[in-house]
Amino acid sequence: MKKFKLDFNLIRTLIAIGIALLLALIIILLTSDEPWAAFGYFIAGPLRNPKRFANVIEAMLPLVFTGLSVSIIARTGVFNLASEGSLFIGGAVAALCGVLLPLPSVISPVVILLIGGLAGMLALLIPTLLRVKWNANEIVSSLMLNYVLYYLGTFLIRTFVRDPDSGYLQSTAFHAEADLPVIIPGTRIHAGAAVALICVVALYLFLFRSRLGYKIRMVGENPKFSFYSGIPYALSIFAAQAVAGFVCGLGGATEMLGMFDCYKWTGLPGYGWDGIIVATLARNNPAWVPLGAFFLAYMRVGADIMTRMTDVQNEVVSIIQGVVIILLVAESFLAGWKKRRTFKEATEGVQLEGGAKA
Amino acid sequence: MKQEMIHRDPDDFPIGEEILRMSGITKVYGNGVLANENVNFSVKKGEIHAIMGENGAGKSTLMKILFGNEQPDRGEICFKGRTQTIESPKKAVELGIGMVYQHFNLAESLTVAENIVVGQEPGRGILFRQKSAYDAVEELARKYAFDIDPKSRVRDLSVGKKQKVEILKILYRNSELIILDEPTAVLTPQETEELFHQLLLLKQNGYTIIFISHKINEVKTICDRMTIIRAGKTRGTYEISELSANDISVLMVGRDVVQKIEKPAAKPGKTVLSARDLRYRNEHGAVMLDGVSFDLRQGEILGVAGVEGSGQRELAEAVSGMLRPEGGAVYLDGREITGKTPGEVRALGFSHIHEDRMTYGVAKNVSITENLIANRCASPELGGKAFFDGKKTSALAQKLVEEYQIVCKTPSVPAGMLSGGNIQKVVVAREMSVEPQVLLANQPTRGIDVGAVEFIHERLIRDSREKGCAVLLISSDLNEVLEMSDSLLVMYKGHISGYFADVSALTEQELGLYMLGLKRQSEQELKEALHEKV
Ligand SMILES: Nc1ncnc2c1ncn2[C@@H]1O[C@H](COP(=O)(O)OP(=O)(O)O)[C@@H](O)[C@H]1O
Ligand SMILES: [Mg+2]
Repeated sequence: MKKFKLDFNLIRTLIAIGIALLLALIIILLTSDEPWAAFGYFIAGPLRNPKRFANVIEAMLPLVFTGLSVSIIARTGVFNLASEGSLFIGGAVAALCGVLLPLPSVISPVVILLIGGLAGMLALLIPTLLRVKWNANEIVSSLMLNYVLYYLGTFLIRTFVRDPDSGYLQSTAFHAEADLPVIIPGTRIHAGAAVALICVVALYLFLFRSRLGYKIRMVGENPKFSFYSGIPYALSIFAAQAVAGFVCGLGGATEMLGMFDCYKWTGLPGYGWDGIIVATLARNNPAWVPLGAFFLAYMRVGADIMTRMTDVQNEVVSIIQGVVIILLVAESFLAGWKKRRTFKEATEGVQLEGGAKA
Repeated sequence: MKQEMIHRDPDDFPIGEEILRMSGITKVYGNGVLANENVNFSVKKGEIHAIMGENGAGKSTLMKILFGNEQPDRGEICFKGRTQTIESPKKAVELGIGMVYQHFNLAESLTVAENIVVGQEPGRGILFRQKSAYDAVEELARKYAFDIDPKSRVRDLSVGKKQKVEILKILYRNSELIILDEPTAVLTPQETEELFHQLLLLKQNGYTIIFISHKINEVKTICDRMTIIRAGKTRGTYEISELSANDISVLMVGRDVVQKIEKPAAKPGKTVLSARDLRYRNEHGAVMLDGVSFDLRQGEILGVAGVEGSGQRELAEAVSGMLRPEGGAVYLDGREITGKTPGEVRALGFSHIHEDRMTYGVAKNVSITENLIANRCASPELGGKAFFDGKKTSALAQKLVEEYQIVCKTPSVPAGMLSGGNIQKVVVAREMSVEPQVLLANQPTRGIDVGAVEFIHERLIRDSREKGCAVLLISSDLNEVLEMSDSLLVMYKGHISGYFADVSALTEQELGLYMLGLKRQSEQELKEALHEKV
């Protein structure tokens, strides 16, 4: 029965994506003079040359980190939406360190990534602390926190490492030793990809194999059950948020050191929000997060190509995203189909859980 | 808002004619449980018709379908000669069908009259409405000998009275077919007698009653015919006089009468759990625990009887660490545990079968295996310090599934997919297999099938006799407490109204008097429940 359920969720996701793509096609057909070319660029554009495909991988890396982070947070049932700010502050702190810390190569990126992770962790713990201390609603406080963190980050950059010669807010160049090296020549895919992969595996094991991960899942599944069973609530929630925050901060730092040679962000990069989409696609399972991130990144890159080559605007992506998410979170989408399957299974008498089964 | 009372004359359909026919009803729940399979069922106007079947047979499901709470996957309902689709309880009420659920459905903070007229308020103006509601309810109550004050708050009523409110609600809506889902399960013998009197009055006035029960003697007392359901299928409809008690139980259970369980005499050892003068008020300020004291010894089963809502839940939560009492103390093995968390209490050798298995007992979406290890989060037998060893957890689950006869395809199935009895076995397996010093079993067999009940009873006796486990058994099922307990406490309005060191000398009638607060032991007699000076 579990297998059937897994299949059901997978099929549901695929059908939701299918419907959304169909909708995109219709919109393109209605608005474009060269709809088939446009749709072709959108669907297959990223595959047409290796460089573009590399762009997809580059774009998906930060999404993997935030997708993982949101997956863990969602498992606890506490809706902390500070992943955005957490990733941002991780990146900003990494930028500070990249400019200010003279460290030998290899050691430098490792240390900076850890510091970025810690910064993200502290940031994400704030709404939880406010919740525990003053019973502040974590949805509101975490949303607000994102802006606080943004201004804190830009303040730090402006005050300590600003490049005075630049018209925009950007920092002076990072030490060369802090760079995360490119691992596939000819692309910008950097060592952060390995870090992301390690995080996926580690978080999967953490969530589904470790004792703490078990507690986190139980607390999220049914708080009453865990309270009664003696599973510590506050500790589990804190641990989950700490891990999630660390991953976010790490993601921000990786992005900063891997893709840039100085701080250049001009606003919140939005990866935290994307993380929610990725986690929804992945059903909050770390193992599926890379796939969800890939899907989103692929669509973004495809839409970019389409926009550059044709007259279609890339808002189409937002429509697809929206439709997929709505279909996925709508509990009753395809529920009738599931019900019929269940009915068939039950009446075929595979394993009847009738009353008098002594 | 203009709302007329529905005027329906209960005499417009001839007595003795078939008023209801349900044919070919099949129902599969979302979790794959086949609860009704091709059920055929019919009722004559003016009769009291019993539906009998053991727990989990599918009786409530059939009635929920009739009342529009659940939709059948197949089948047809014909009411008063017309085929009907009953898509909601509202439709059922319009047709003239009323139902009292196993678990009541009342607004606790409203008055009796308000609960009864809700949705059908007479008149328009607010003041006028209140007054005429009280009058109408009072008149109804008088007619059918319901002793109830329309102005009292439902929250302050006993379970028996709440049930009366539910029945009045149905009468007020002019229903002619009344469904009562296990109405006597929550009543004392005295209250049951009163209910029967009222049901017979209703029958004389032309009402048709469907009476669900699995107690043979009750059905024999007031019913005309009965339909027996086993494992989701009907096993026929019979005149009451046609079958002997033994025939009925064979039809219900599918094998011969359940034998009485063998229970060796208890040899109580030292006291392991003590409660002293526990006090607690709930969020409405009602006193739920009013100076409760007792001692529980190794190797004994101490029952706690009482009408539901007499403080049993609060007592359970206070000793298990789920609630901090306002006064008094709890000791486990000589150590004070008042105010400790459930986790800390459990670590000292305490296990707890919660009365509410669906909300507290299990996490429904999680596998049986993961449900079974919830109280073993720190157990060194299940892996290293940080990680569980998947092989060891699976092995444990496999072992418990076999030992406790949990019917499932594999232990990786979500617990919510199981039937009620099997879910309860998951809880029991988890709580008993850690070999606790003290086991709190709160309603351990409520609403589950006979096979599972027998199994759990046997395990409780075995563990208390062979392993010296001290069992505190809270139950509102009189038969269960009388059969299982070595000694017995009776709770009434938050205090202990009686202690019986030897349960075998106690009759059901006598117990009922203590449960209703009509009798109460003296302080001196109640001191017998304390074996220890703390
Ligand atoms: N809402 C529900 N969802 C899933 N399974 C259910 C639900 N209600 C009852 N069941 C299952 O259906 C079967 C029949 O239950 P029920 O009709 O309540 O039996 P009864 O009233 O005869 O004790 C049981 O196995 C029970 O666990
Ligand atoms: Mg029932």
